[in-house]
This record gives sequence, structure tokens and C-alpha cells, in this order.
Amino acid sequence: MTPFGRSQPRAGHAGTAAGRRWRVTVAGLGLAIAGVPLSGVAAQLVVDPRGPVPTITAALAAAQPGAHVTVRAGTYREPLLVITTPGLTLEGEGWPVLDGQEAHTVLVIAADDVTVRGLVLAHSGVANLDDRAGLKVRDARRCLVEGNRLRDNLFGTYLQRSADCRVRDNDIEAHGTRQTTSGNGIHLWYSPGALVEGNRVRGHRDGIYFEFSPGGVTRGNVSERSQRYGLHFMFSDSCRYEGNTFRDNTSGVAVMYSRGITITGNRFERSWGAAAYGLLLKDILGGTIARNTFERNSTGLLLEGSNRLAVADNDFRQNGWAAKVMANAEDDRFTGNLFVANAFDVATNSRSSNSTFDGNYWDAYRGFDLDHDGTGDVPFAPVRLFALVVEQHPATLVLLRSPLVGMLDAAERVLPVLTPRVLIDRHPRMRPPR
Amino acid sequence: MNVVALVLDAGWRDLARNRWLAAYAITFFVVAEGLFWFGGTGPQVVLSVLNIVLLVVPLVSLVFGTLHVYASREFIELLLAQPVPRGRLFAGLYLGLALPLVGAFLLGAGLPFALNVRAGASPAALAALMTAGSALTCAGAGAAMWFALRTDDRLAGVGAALGAWLLATVVYDGVVLAAATSLGDWPIERPVLGLMLANPVDLARMLVLTQLDVSALMGYTGALFERTFGSAIGTTVAVIALGAWCAGPALLALRRFRRRDF
Amino acid sequence: MIALTGVSKRFGVRTVLDDVSLALRPGAVTALVGPNGSGKTTLIKMILGLTRPDRGALLVCGTPADERGSYRRAIGYMPQLARFPENLTVRHIIALVRALRPDAACDESLGEELGLSTMMDVPFGVLSGGMRQKVNAAIAFLFRPAVLILDEPTAGLDPVATGILKARIRAVRAEGRTVLVTSHVMGELEELADDVAFLCDGRLQFSGTVAELLAETREHRLERAVAALVRRREA
Repeated sequence: MTPFGRSQPRAGHAGTAAGRRWRVTVAGLGLAIAGVPLSGVAAQLVVDPRGPVPTITAALAAAQPGAHVTVRAGTYREPLLVITTPGLTLEGEGWPVLDGQEAHTVLVIAADDVTVRGLVLAHSGVANLDDRAGLKVRDARRCLVEGNRLRDNLFGTYLQRSADCRVRDNDIEAHGTRQTTSGNGIHLWYSPGALVEGNRVRGHRDGIYFEFSPGGVTRGNVSERSQRYGLHFMFSDSCRYEGNTFRDNTSGVAVMYSRGITITGNRFERSWGAAAYGLLLKDILGGTIARNTFERNSTGLLLEGSNRLAVADNDFRQNGWAAKVMANAEDDRFTGNLFVANAFDVATNSRSSNSTFDGNYWDAYRGFDLDHDGTGDVPFAPVRLFALVVEQHPATLVLLRSPLVGMLDAAERVLPVLTPRVLIDRHPRMRPPR
Repeated sequence: MNVVALVLDAGWRDLARNRWLAAYAITFFVVAEGLFWFGGTGPQVVLSVLNIVLLVVPLVSLVFGTLHVYASREFIELLLAQPVPRGRLFAGLYLGLALPLVGAFLLGAGLPFALNVRAGASPAALAALMTAGSALTCAGAGAAMWFALRTDDRLAGVGAALGAWLLATVVYDGVVLAAATSLGDWPIERPVLGLMLANPVDLARMLVLTQLDVSALMGYTGALFERTFGSAIGTTVAVIALGAWCAGPALLALRRFRRRDF
Repeated sequence: MIALTGVSKRFGVRTVLDDVSLALRPGAVTALVGPNGSGKTTLIKMILGLTRPDRGALLVCGTPADERGSYRRAIGYMPQLARFPENLTVRHIIALVRALRPDAACDESLGEELGLSTMMDVPFGVLSGGMRQKVNAAIAFLFRPAVLILDEPTAGLDPVATGILKARIRAVRAEGRTVLVTSHVMGELEELADDVAFLCDGRLQFSGTVAELLAETREHRLERAVAALVRRREA
């Protein structure tokens, strides 16, 4: 996909001269119909730089509730556009560019049941006082934001106090050079019941952000290269996160201060660096973390003050620490997970823990299965002595994979009494479940 | 050919047919190839081979080197009786020991990676592994010559070599571990990283680990680790320090060789 | 020829050579004799530059023994024990020593006489003790050196090879070169030696011709004369 520059020629889409003339005729006809509004009929409006309605501002002013406004290809440099007409559909044809000229939010939805589709919303610019966005949804219900491209905006789509909206299949990319001043890709604030689906977000501060927005569903999105979190949500109970991919985000994904969370089938990949993790769960009460893949993260899953979570059937591969379970995480239950090729499988910051591990597969397990029931006959203690030492004395990390530590591990195998009995898997699997 | 090349050539020809050295190369080959055979990916095999390199390379180069110098005693005396300066003779003898050892290592450990290019070991990690192994070999060979030239008592010489091996591979790290855990409340990350420079085995490990993703482990240490050893400057520093570890023992041995009476 | 003046050497507390002055004349075979541990090997190694004197000076053919070791061009050395790299062939060992002395004229006739020609491509490690000693001898005589130092040259050699080696030593003497020999077989030394240097406890007890030694000790055989010197020392 080519990045959208501001020098994009007007009316950039292809078409023969004859075809264009025909469309102009149709547009003229559309305006003629719209000019004589008939109650009960959804009006059609066409905006075209060379047509009778050359600005979106004019079209929005003329539109009646339920109107369908088509925006033809071209670059539209207009003042702040606000949709106040309920049920309006604003649809781009051939990727028209709505340019905020680095001066203001590009488009605002301030009415219920509005649909915005097929637009390029670009160049909101940066301001200190207002949260400028490519698209803002303000106090509007049931809007649909679908298949748009958002480029070089401080915030991508910004929903505030807007319930039951759908943000779907949008492609959102922050400007590459404004590292310090970037906002979030998809931002929800007091917007319950949202569906965020199939979007691609790149390079924003937080790719997807939920605050005080319970009951949302986030599904099949790809959020990558975020300057902070790929997904960040707080105070949003009963949300579901399914089949998303979070990749190369500076700090990973953070889920905080919420209850009843369902996180299933997601991929958390390549969050490397100091204080980076695939998924951080902080002060979460109750929830399911299942069938996710944590791969190549400094820490795969970090549980901090998070209680009564079911962590099941996840794959942890090639992470620094597959899972860190802090002592203040209680009654979390790990079952059927796969731990392969991690530097440390499980770490904790204390010699006592209130979480349980049962029936997981550990590639570090060296036990045997005499009764051939598929589970090892000796329990497995995934917290190695060295992992505990590193947790308490981070400087000792420099000895990672040194022969001494190898001997320590070997000694633990021969003398299991050395291994901290913090966490025990009583039924470790002999073979990977998947 | 000059003296260095002649003596090196003789050492190379002799050790090229040495069966212990052949066994050394074959062991590396079998282990690495076996790891690939059992489905190891490139980075995994690099890590596994690294574990062996850190233990076996110093052990073999120290013990084999010491025994080799003792076994070559009469040959060395014959060479000393020829009209050649001692310094060049030493250079030839040292290279004639170190290069066949390096060659055996590179052949044994390197060939499986060449045969399994598709398993995807990163060139940087592989280069780091080969550099680390070669440097450890050179350091070990130099130290071996030093130990063997210090005393005519073979038992004492081999004992010293084994002691050095234990010190470098285990005891040193044990002391670092003990120090780091007992001074846990102090900002000791930087001093500890400095301590890693002072031991070739740790240095070799760092060099390879920073080329593998495991280095970016979480926390301040991980980041510092990465910055210190993983950056271009850090890698350069590590390589220079390893170079110093190659040169240091060899220069000590040279000094001993020049001064001692045979 | 070789001249040592006031050479002393200590290894720790033990004095191995104590103020030894000795001149080896050209055209003569000097037997270096003395009990075990008397300092013979140290003296030889000192001439070769393997060991350096604490005090005293050493001249080889008028050149002082120095660090660069170029004076060793004049010396052919046959060590007591021949242990060379096991996987090198005889040919390679000889080639190596030759290459280390690129400007010296070469004479491989002794090796041929001793029957090494058929063994040239055999690795040294496979050779018998006697064959190894033959290689050792061949190397010492390779360059027609002005000085020959032979440490127990006939040890391990069969009678035929011993005869060939002795004949060669006599021939070399006839050419006016300097030969220093140690041996535990006094009869052999009696056959070859013109001069005797007797070392005991690091001191040079006697230095002169065989005739002078026999006269001084009033003995007829070298073996008994040396024994007499030892007894005199002990008394």
C-alpha cells in the first residue's frame, strides 16, 4: 500500500473522459432530486470536485435524515465536517481524501445511526488542547465506521460517549515521524457495546484503546508497531477479545482494572525490550485467557493482582519469560498450555503462590510416564531456582545460559529439593497437546 | 618460507592427523547435525551448540594444549637448537597448536550449519558463535602453553589447566552470582557487566546471546545488557576484549618461552 | 670450536654449573663425562642456547652465544631422546630442519648409509626406537656443521648402525671439526675420544687429553681413570 502524501493529485482515480461526463450528468440529476426533498424518500447526494456539489460541507448541509452521500475521488480541503443528520451514510468512491490540513479534526459524527465508509481521512495535525482525530464520534449511537483509511492523524477514530458503534475493516496508520505526539489508533471512551473488527492499526501510541467502555467485542484486528500498547484497556468490564494479532508493539498489550474479560485466539508477538510483554493483566477479576499464542516476547503473559483467571490451551513459544505470575495474583488456573523454547517458563517474585498449574506441556519436563496415561508420573515445578534468583536480583540475568546455571538446572533435576516448590504441575503432559 | 610458517606448517600437518582432534571435530559435527536431525531450528541449534562450546572448547584447548606441549618437549628442544630466534619459534608453535584446534572446531561445528542452511540460523548469530568458539580456543591454547611452560611437572601443568577451566566456566560465575545476590540492593548491573568482560567464557556467551533474541529479556538488566553488548559499539568492545583474551595468555606464554631454560 | 669461560648456573638453590671454563678444540673429539646429575646435560644445553648461564661467557667459533641464535648455524645437535611429532613423516621432519637453515649446504649421505631412504614416507610415530635414533643422527650430521654435539649417540642403535656412526664421527674429526660426545659406554668413548672433560657436582674436575688423564690417574683404561676421578672427588 502506498503511503498517502499530501501532494496526491486531485481526482486521482482513473476514468475515461466519456465516463466522467456521464457521471457528472448523473450527479446533476441527483442534486435535482435532492433539491426537491420528498419526505420518506432517502435522498441521494453526490459530491464531486467538478460537479454541481463540489464540497462535502454543502452536501452535509443539504442532507436529510437517512440520506446517502457519495463522495467522488478527489482531495477535499474543507473546514471541520460535522454530521448532525441521523441515519446519514457518507460513502467514498475511488478513495476521496478528506484533508484536515494539519489544522483540525477531519470528520465528526454527532448523530445516531450514521455510516461512514470508503473515505481517506488524513492530516488532522497536532494540538495540545483538543484530541484531534481523523474521525470523531461524539454522543452518537449505533454508528458504523467501515472500510476507511486513516492517515497521519493524531488519533485515528475517536469514540466518546457513543454506544453500540461498529468500527470495522479500517486501515489506520500514524505518521512515521511524530513519535512523541501520537494519539491512539482506535480510541473508545465511555462507549459501551462497541464492535471493533478487522481493522489494521500501525504506529499509533496505543493501537486500540478502551476506557470505561464495557461490553465491547474486539475481533480479528491487527495492531502493530504501536509506540506503547497494541491494545490498552481499562475500566471496561465484560469485554471480549478474539482472534486479534498484536505484533511488534513497544510494550505489548495491557488490560487493567476490569472484570469478566475474555481473551481468546489472539496472537501476541515480538514485544521485545525493557518492560515489554505480550499481555499484561493488571487488577483483573475473573476472565478467560484461552487458545492464544505468545511468541517471542520478553515476557509472554504477566499477571499482576489478577485473580480467578482461567489460562487455558495457550501456546507460549520462545519468550524470555513465558509467564510471570506475581504473588498478588490469586486463584489463577493454568491448564493445557504449551511451554516451548522459553528462556524461563514461569517466574514469580515470591516463594509462595496461590495459583495452580495442571496438565500443561513443558518442554523442560524430564519425567517419565510408566502407566502410559499421557501425563508424567512426577510433578513438574516450572519455577527454576535461577528464575527465582533473577526475579529477586535482576543483575544475575547476565549469567543466563552460563554453564553454572546449566549445572544449577541439572542439580535441580537430580536433587528436586533445590527447586522452589512455589508452583507445581502435578499432571504435566508427556506430549504437546497441539 | 619463514620460521613461523615452517613450524606452523609442521604443527598443522601433525595435528591434522591427530585422532583426538578428529574425535573432537566429529563430536561437534554429530551433536550439531543430530540437533538438526531431530528438528532443531537454526536459533535453537545455535543455543545448544553454544552450551557445548562454553564447556568443551575451553576444556579441550586447555587440556589437549597442555599435554601437546609436554609431548612436544623434545621436538621443541630440537627446534631451539636450530639457528632461529625464540620469538618466531614460539609464534610457529602457538599457531601450530591453536589453528588446528580452531580448524577442528570450525569444521565440526560449522559444517552442520552449512548443510542445514534452510533451518534458518541467522548469519550474525552463527558468526558470533564461530567467533566465540575460535576465540575461546585461542585463549585456551595460549593459556595451555603458559601452564606447560611454567612447570616441567606434567601433573601440575595439567592440574593448573583444569583449574583454569573450572575457574573460567563455573567458579567465576559462581562468585558473580554470590556477589550479585548478596549486594542485591545496590545498583550493580554495570559492575556485573564489567565483570563479564574479565572472563573469556562469559564474554563468548554474551557475544552469542546478544545475536539471539533471548538477550532482550525484560527489565533494566536486559535492556542494559542489550545496549552494552548488543549495539555495534558493544559488539566491537566484546570482540576487542575477546581479542585481548586471545592475545593475553599467548603473550604470557611467549614471555615464559623467551625467558625459560629448557 | 667452543670456549666457555667462568660459566655458572643455578636452578633455585642447586648449583648445576660452578665456574666452568672449557675449550673444545677443532679436529678433536671431546668426551664429556661425569656421574649422573653432574651437569653434563646442562652444559650441552648451554652451548645450544637452550639454557642460559647466570655468569660467564660462551663463544662458538668465535661468535658469542646470543639471543638471535644465529651462532647455532655452526652446530649440529643430536639429542639423547628422539621424540618428534608422531604424524610427520621422516621426510617432512628432515625437510623442516633443512628449511630452518636455508643457506646451509646439505649432506644426506649419513641418512642414506643408515638406510633411511626406504623409510622416508613413514610417520615418525610408527618407527622403532632404533630407527628414530637414526633419524636423529641424520639430522645432526645434515649440514656439515663445524661443531657436533652428540648426547648418547649410540643409545638404541644396532651394532651396524653404531659402526657407521662411529666411522662418521672419525671422518668429521679428520675434517677438522669440533665434536662433543657424552656416553655411558666408556669403551665407546675410549675408541673415539681425544680429549676428556670430567664434570662432577657442577665443577670441571679435569680437562685434557686422554693420555694426560691416564697419566694423571695412573690407569690404563678410560673407564678406570674416570672411576678414579670419581673416587678422588669423593675422598
